[in-house]
Parts: sequence; structure tokens; C-alpha cells
Amino acid sequence: MNLEALFSCLSSSACAVTQVSTALIIGMLLFMVASGLSLIFGVLGVINFAHGAFYMAGAYIAFFTYQATSSFLAAFLAGAAGVGLIGVIFERFVISKVYGKDILMQLLVCYAVILIFDDLVKMVAGPEYKMMGMPEVFALPPLELAGGFVPAYYVFMIGASLVIGLGLWLAIEKTRMGKIVRALAINPQMVGALGINTTLLYAAVFGIGSALAGVAGALAAPTRTLTPGMGLSILIESFIVTVIGGMGSIVGALIAALLIGFTRAFGAIGFPLFVDGMMFGMMAIVLIIKPSGLLGREVTR
Amino acid sequence: MAAPFLHVEAADVYYGSSQILFGVDLAVEQGQTMALLGFKMIAGLAPPRRGKIELGGQELAGRPSYKIARAGIGYVPENRQVFPEHSVDDNLIVAVKKGPRGDDHWNRERIYEVFPILATMKDRMAGRLSGGEQQMLTIARTLMGNPDVLLLDEPSEGLAPIIVQAIGDLIRTLRDMGVTILLAEQNMHFCLGIATHATVIDKGQIVYRATIEDLKHNDAIKQRYLAV
Repeated sequence: MNLEALFSCLSSSACAVTQVSTALIIGMLLFMVASGLSLIFGVLGVINFAHGAFYMAGAYIAFFTYQATSSFLAAFLAGAAGVGLIGVIFERFVISKVYGKDILMQLLVCYAVILIFDDLVKMVAGPEYKMMGMPEVFALPPLELAGGFVPAYYVFMIGASLVIGLGLWLAIEKTRMGKIVRALAINPQMVGALGINTTLLYAAVFGIGSALAGVAGALAAPTRTLTPGMGLSILIESFIVTVIGGMGSIVGALIAALLIGFTRAFGAIGFPLFVDGMMFGMMAIVLIIKPSGLLGREVTR
Repeated sequence: MAAPFLHVEAADVYYGSSQILFGVDLAVEQGQTMALLGFKMIAGLAPPRRGKIELGGQELAGRPSYKIARAGIGYVPENRQVFPEHSVDDNLIVAVKKGPRGDDHWNRERIYEVFPILATMKDRMAGRLSGGEQQMLTIARTLMGNPDVLLLDEPSEGLAPIIVQAIGDLIRTLRDMGVTILLAEQNMHFCLGIATHATVIDKGQIVYRATIEDLKHNDAIKQRYLAV
């Protein structure tokens, strides 16, 4: 415990700005991953344990695309679209076979996919760490804010995640397709009887949820070292986020992801050995007080 | 005469492992309101194991429910399955669909003219509506898909008598507009007031079929099968 260091950081605006920006990028990346997980669970009722592997796939696809094209935009789009496509294929040929089966069966199938993805990455990229490096478009002087410095890429990352999150929320709440998707989550038989191809829609929702993991991987690639197995820790953290925020709630995922981001960033200074304990502790408290999560709906069915 | 509009031929239907229809033949002509008495569930979402279901000459049995809907069958389930957390308006928006020949005469404006009570509660959550209002909404929602035939599964079930009357008025309005309706009901008085034709099913087989006028005057059938 070093609460003194925490207080001295909070009282220095430079340190506070740095840590807040760190908290925000951790939080927004988690938000991207967790909102995809939450969307898939909310509509299809399955927990995609392979979601972390999809995040890793997004990072590696972005890495290789950037190596080939030197364009970050191309890398980002390839990461998102590539993982979206992987998600659709995975839903159609793998996870749809175990819908309605025991959750252990689903877990086993996803675990197999995780192992396959990790090995594929080792075969294609090698087992060693990879660094994408900062794309040239972001080789800008850092933003100075109250004495602290925020890298230009961080500003982009936070902004891009917010825009994507807002777009997702608007699509679900305001568009006709979003209304159909919400109806699908509640009564798929009825949606089918109204003339909507629910099989196709399930695949599309799974693809979009997966694409969000791909987006997070692509956004993370310039700031993180890439390794096989990098998906595991973010998977666990996004479970914590969805449990705290409430499965199926996009706004809940945002709040919980920021909570985890701030705990991680400031915990690293104040209680570095207890950061994980703190995160699980918060999850336990939410589970005790409101088992459906902060903004999760009570299960009525 | 041309083949009937909706034609069920030699259908064996099972509910789980028990057979509930035995070789049933049923024909509904365009514009008719056919009451199906003594039978709990129409096509529902359970396809027949044997036999044919044709709509306008198109075979429907065994196809996925969305294709059956797109072929022109508008299914209104029992138990008023509205989307409870969608507003009334959003329930209708979800169901927007063109008819099988591209017709789109049913839209929200038209629905709100025919169902003025729904117009007054457009933004209310469907789960907060009364049972009768939810029943109207399920019918309205299915109409949004511009079906050729409306299948109504026990629309009077579990509703107060005065509400049943309102639903009856509504179905009569639709009938008079020329909508083809197949109505599965237990409540005979309800059927007598709105149907043009009736088919009575007993122990999974058709025992009587005629116009509603004939049924009204056929006390033997009413007493034997409908426990009046």
C-alpha cells in the first residue's frame, strides 16, 4: 500500500492528467471488448469465451496490414472487418451447433478455438513479442494539458472508441434494425413469425459483436506488445466489466469499463499489489447488492 | 371454381409426440372469416408431419417461419406476445413488411386509423398495456406485414367480456374490409358474431363444416360438440 504516492499524484496536476489519460485508454479498450461480449450475450444468450482470442486476432491483423500497407486506417479497418468476418464464420459453423446446450459444452468449444487461435498466431507471427510501433500519422507532439502530456494517439483512441460506442448505442436504440435486434433478444419465435430471417440476424449480431473486439485489438496494437495469449487477460477483465455493468447494457459496459480503467491506473500507484483484488472485490460487491449489474435488466422470463 | 386460397390437405399435426390433427382438410376462400372451433392451436409454429399447406398454390409446410410469413401468412399468437419493452409504435415498426406481391397498404398511419385506441398510446411501453390493448397491438403488428391471411389464435382468451366485445368489433371491421381470416377459438358465441364460415373439430378430426348461418340454426351440432 502506498496511499501517500496516490495522494501526491492526485495533488500534482501533471501526474493526475497522465494517470487519467491512462485510465481512459484502458477503460475505452475494455469498453470496446466488453460491449461486443455484452451485445452477443444480450441477443444470442451465449457467452463468447473466444472473445479475447478475437481481440488478439484484431491486433495481429492490424499489425500485418500495417506492415504491408503502412496505413493505419487500412490496419484499423482490416482488424475490424476481418474479425467481424471471423465472428460470422465462427457463429455459423461452430457456436450455433451448441446453442441451447450445456454452458460447459459452449465453454469447451470456445476454449478449443482459443487454443487454435493462439497456435495459429505462433505459426504465422512466431511466439516472440511483436511491436507495431506508433503509426506515422500520429507522430505529433503530445497534447499538453494542465502540465501533463497526453500522446496524440491516446486522444484519437478515446475519441474513436466514444464515437463507435455512441454509434452502437444509437443503432440499437434508434434504428429499425436495432429495434428488431432488441425484439430478437426477447422473443425470437415471434420475430421469425413476423417475416424476419432470425438465423441471418443472429449471425450478423455475432459478427458486429466480434468486430468490436477486432476494433479494440486494432486500436490497442500501436500501444501494446503483441503476444499469443494476449486475449486472456482482457477477456477476464471484460467479464468483470459485463458483470458490474450488467450483461446486455452498452451504457453499463461503458461505466464499468471506466471504473476498471481508473482502478487500474490509480491503483498502480496507490496499491499496485491489490489492483486485481480490488477489481474482483468490486465485482463481488455488485453481485451481492445487484446481481443483474448496475444497469442490467432483471431477468423477467 | 379455382383451388381454395388457403388449403390444408390431409394434415397430421403433432404437439410434441401426441397427434392433435388427423388427416384434416381445410379450405379458406379469399375474403372469408373461417372459425375453427374446438381446436386449440392452428398452424401455430408447429408444422404438420404429413400433408400439405398451400397458400395461393404455394406449398408452405416445412418451411421456416419467416418464409411462411413472407408468403402471406400473418400469424397472431395466443397469449398476446407483444415486445413488452418496446413502445407501441416500435412494436409496429419491427413488423414493417411488404405483402407477398409487394403491397404495402397497411402502414402505421392506416393502423392508427383502424385502431384509434393504439394511436393514443403510441409511446407507451407495450408491457404496460392492458390485456385487451395488447391483443389489439398483436393483431395490428401482424397486419403491418400486409398478410394475405390473418391467423388468429384464440384472440378472446383470458379477456374480460367487455374487452372480448371490443376485439370482436375489431375483427368484424377487418372482415368487412375484406381481410381473409382463419380464427381458432373455443368461445362459440364470439365466433358466431364475427365469422362467415365455421369448421368444427372434435378429437382431431373435422366433424362439421358450413356457413355460420347454418351453424346458428344447427342445435344438434352446437349441443353435441360445443357444449352450449
